[in-house]
Amino acid sequence: MKKQNYDIAIIGGGVVGTAIARELSRYKADVLLIEKENDVGQGASNSNSGVVHSGFTAPVGSLKADVCMYGNSHFEEICSELDVPYEKTGKLVVAVEEKQIAELYNLQYIGRKNGAELYIVGEDFIEEKEPNISGKAAMYSPNSAITSPYELTIAFAENAHQNGVEISLNTKVVKISKKNSKFSVKTDRGEILADYVINSAGLYSDKIAAFSGEDRYKIYPCRGEYYVLDKNASALMSRLVYPVPPENAGGYGIHLTPTVEGNILIGPSNEYIDSVDNEATTKEVMDKLLKEARGFLPKISREMVIRSYSGIRSKIVPPEMGGFTDFVIEKSPKYDNFINLIGIESPGLTSAPGIAKYVVEMIDKMEKLIEDKDFEKTRKGITKFYELPEEKQKELAEDNPNYREIVCRCENITKQEIIDALNNPLGVQTLKGVKYRARATMGRCQGGYCMTRIIKIMQDEFDMDLEDIKLEGNNSNLFAGQAKGWE
Amino acid sequence: MMKKELVIIGAGPAGLAAALAAYEEGIEDILIIEREDRPGGILNQCIHDGFGLHKFKEVLTGPEYAHRYIDKVREKELEIMTNTIVTELTDEKEIKAFNESEGILHIKAEAVILAMGSRERTAGGISLPGDRPSGIYTAGLAQNLMNLQNIQVGKEIVILGSGDIGLIMARRLTLEGADVKAVLEIMPYSNGLRRNINQCLIDYNIPLKLSQTVIDVKGNGRLKSVTAAEVDEAFNPIAGTEYEIKCDTLILSVGLIPENELSKKAKVQLDDTTGGAVVKDNLETNVDGIFACGNVLHIHDLVDFVSDEAEKAGKAASEYIKKGHKLNKDNIFVEAGSGIGYVIPQVISKEKDQIFSMRVRKPDNDKTIKIAADGKILHEENFEKVNPSEMIKIKVSSEKFKPLEKSTIKVVAE
Ligand SMILES: Cc1cc2nc3c(=O)[nH]c(=O)nc-3n(C[C@H](O)[C@H](O)[C@H](O)COP(=O)(O)OP(=O)(O)OC[C@H]3O[C@@H](n4cnc5c(N)ncnc54)[C@H](O)[C@@H]3O)c2cc1C
Ligand SMILES: Cc1cc2nc3c(=O)[nH]c(=O)nc-3n(C[C@H](O)[C@H](O)[C@H](O)COP(=O)(O)OP(=O)(O)OC[C@H]3O[C@@H](n4cnc5c(N)ncnc54)[C@H](O)[C@@H]3O)c2cc1C
Repeated sequence: MKKQNYDIAIIGGGVVGTAIARELSRYKADVLLIEKENDVGQGASNSNSGVVHSGFTAPVGSLKADVCMYGNSHFEEICSELDVPYEKTGKLVVAVEEKQIAELYNLQYIGRKNGAELYIVGEDFIEEKEPNISGKAAMYSPNSAITSPYELTIAFAENAHQNGVEISLNTKVVKISKKNSKFSVKTDRGEILADYVINSAGLYSDKIAAFSGEDRYKIYPCRGEYYVLDKNASALMSRLVYPVPPENAGGYGIHLTPTVEGNILIGPSNEYIDSVDNEATTKEVMDKLLKEARGFLPKISREMVIRSYSGIRSKIVPPEMGGFTDFVIEKSPKYDNFINLIGIESPGLTSAPGIAKYVVEMIDKMEKLIEDKDFEKTRKGITKFYELPEEKQKELAEDNPNYREIVCRCENITKQEIIDALNNPLGVQTLKGVKYRARATMGRCQGGYCMTRIIKIMQDEFDMDLEDIKLEGNNSNLFAGQAKGWE
Repeated sequence: MMKKELVIIGAGPAGLAAALAAYEEGIEDILIIEREDRPGGILNQCIHDGFGLHKFKEVLTGPEYAHRYIDKVREKELEIMTNTIVTELTDEKEIKAFNESEGILHIKAEAVILAMGSRERTAGGISLPGDRPSGIYTAGLAQNLMNLQNIQVGKEIVILGSGDIGLIMARRLTLEGADVKAVLEIMPYSNGLRRNINQCLIDYNIPLKLSQTVIDVKGNGRLKSVTAAEVDEAFNPIAGTEYEIKCDTLILSVGLIPENELSKKAKVQLDDTTGGAVVKDNLETNVDGIFACGNVLHIHDLVDFVSDEAEKAGKAASEYIKKGHKLNKDNIFVEAGSGIGYVIPQVISKEKDQIFSMRVRKPDNDKTIKIAADGKILHEENFEKVNPSEMIKIKVSSEKFKPLEKSTIKVVAE
């Protein structure tokens, strides 16, 4: 942290915290974003379905419905400003049995009240649009879309950074107290003072809220496990395919999601767990994912699986209560200028832009924010070389030899893209940092080919020592050192 | 667009042997494309010995074996383009490649030999449960890091899977000072060659635990431990048999997958069992003038057999270049029957003597492999011991096929 005093401190660099940071960077204010991990988006924001929801599950008039609808209608524009992939694929909520059809009409009713465009379609529509999917009827949502959740979080952070927000990674908030008119925010790397605190700490938001006298909410971590299918499976379907949501489960049910990279996700499961940190996957659930997915898409096979992962929802209701709860975005009971965001579970990704606007308006009401004329709303991501037309590829390769070397054979990613990823403005230099920025190691070989090459680039072009090369966190060393043969 | 009579993708043992064989047959306009900075393929990282016993009646290391071919290729001045990766291939045999000095290349070939080798099955591919810390490597990657980059991957090691690469790595890591705690194998038998079990595990007192697998992985950051358990016949963990092994590294030796991404782009038909192309007896795929050999066709345990197969592909490709495509009217389809995992080639003609390459499904003693058609046995051969890890080759003379009426023959192990 570069300074002692800030106007606003944001705790948590997930999609919500970074979206707020970006929204605040439109104004003249000293903003600090504090994140305990060594990159942004390491919580729920990099381990979700990446779906831009159209808002048909939240009750009419809820905050959730409002911010979700705002997000849905602004996502395309935001993604184009920030150079983040976005694809309006549309969604089918499929009734596999006759008796579920009534529930489709119910969903349509709520959704339309929220302002979503929705249609009930028959078997022939499913057959025509998604010939590999089996179902009796479906609700079709043309405005449902997909994005890259990690690229978006990184883009929000980079755009905020470029507009003057300071981002302090590897910094954990351990205590917050009131010191005269300001908040003292103590971290494991020192203390800062701030006029406003925004708590967007996701799974830890209840703990941070406690520093502001807010003790009404408790986080019940609820894990969702996923399977990722090989790109070769992508021909099987092109839209989002969801089941009719199971009653009171507080989730959407295991669904099939095409990703912007061209893979298919199966998941997530719905498991309440004891620890907010337990992102493990389990055999039982993975077996179940495959079984349920085959219920819609019989052609899916185990050989198509290239990876599994999980994300944790920060629910604020225990499993026995289940069902719907609204997002909590409130001033703390003790302090007006301490804003808590608690229970930002799905559709938190979709809602991030709306939440950011909502939070900034809360602050603006307390203290008129002054627009910064220099605000630059666009941010440029890494050039995805292989997606360019051949003429453009040739031009780039002509000038820059780093574009002539394909480092990742599965996704055809060039050396220049790896270098760009390692040169990111936030200064993240881990293997996962490269993965989330340039997609290397994400393909079917999971780094079998490109890892040695990335390591070499880290050593040769960035002077990194073997001991400093990490997968992600500080204690995730990749190697034990030089082999004996070298001594 | 550059034009070539024969383009070979991959300069591993398959690509090199195929090139030399085509040259022997009089084809000189050959280009071998290799994405690494030198030819030799996976052999470059196999610094152990045991190569060449069949082909040269000598015990060679991987690089030595490769050099027998590289030297010849250099002597004949055949062109190897290294640091060049093929990214596109069409059924018209048009190739797009990236070369470090020349940029994007387009090449049109009269015939193509696929010799891209294989990739490894990963943690994701086997749905390894638990945390996802650092310290989990596939065996070939660990071998590459160790032997080519001089990087030590870890100190306390568990190896999952007893394929040959896992066994070789157990020894290699031990020699490097690491503590290899166990090799776990989910099957009731090892998938590795017997000689490797003796020389790499038994000689170093490394326990091989059969019918066991990893059911949980723990570590937040670097790997801390794995939980192992015994499995039943359906490979489900048996409750009560779990135990934890502390380790900082898990090496996966759980299988190789033929690298056929380019083949798919060229509309080459693949076999579900081998993961490689469906080929005729001249190793031609369903696409005219595209041939396949080596690990890209099916996974080999012995490089000597790769070289043999590649020579056949090289010869066939030159014949194709010289004479054009010959339609074969009396095609016979070859099927793997009970007890047999797969048989290559999948399509043969009646006119030629055939060598069938196959693998049995499970290890056994005293098995007879029978090749039958029209309700008659054409050929049978008895084996004292059979093992899925050891490829079986059976030669059958064309005399046997000539009288056939039916268009399918079946291979079974009884
Ligand atoms: C399985 C699953 C599927 C989902 N699918 C979708 C979907 O398809 N569409 C959709 O719209 N939404 C979806 N969501 C919801 C969405 O992912 C979340 O709502 C969103 O990512 C929440 O973002 P966040 O920034 O609030 O939380 P997080 O991303 O968890 O960020 C919180 C950050 O705070 C940091 N932090 C915590 N404590 C401290 C501290 N003391 N000091 C410093 N930093 C701290 C954490 O490290 C973390 O980076 C899904 C969620 C899950 C779990
Ligand atoms: C770790 C290991 C240990 C082994 N130990 C033994 C042993 O002890 N004894 C024994 O007899 N056999 C052993 N084998 C088996 C033998 O080495 C292999 O069967 C043999 O190397 C396969 O040859 P190949 O040419 O088909 O494939 P590879 O050797 O894999 O060669 C394929 C080549 O193609 C290149 N390539 C792939 N795609 C492209 C592309 N798109 N563009 C350009 N180039 C491309 C690759 O870079 C590679 O150089 C071992 C194999 C392995 C993996």
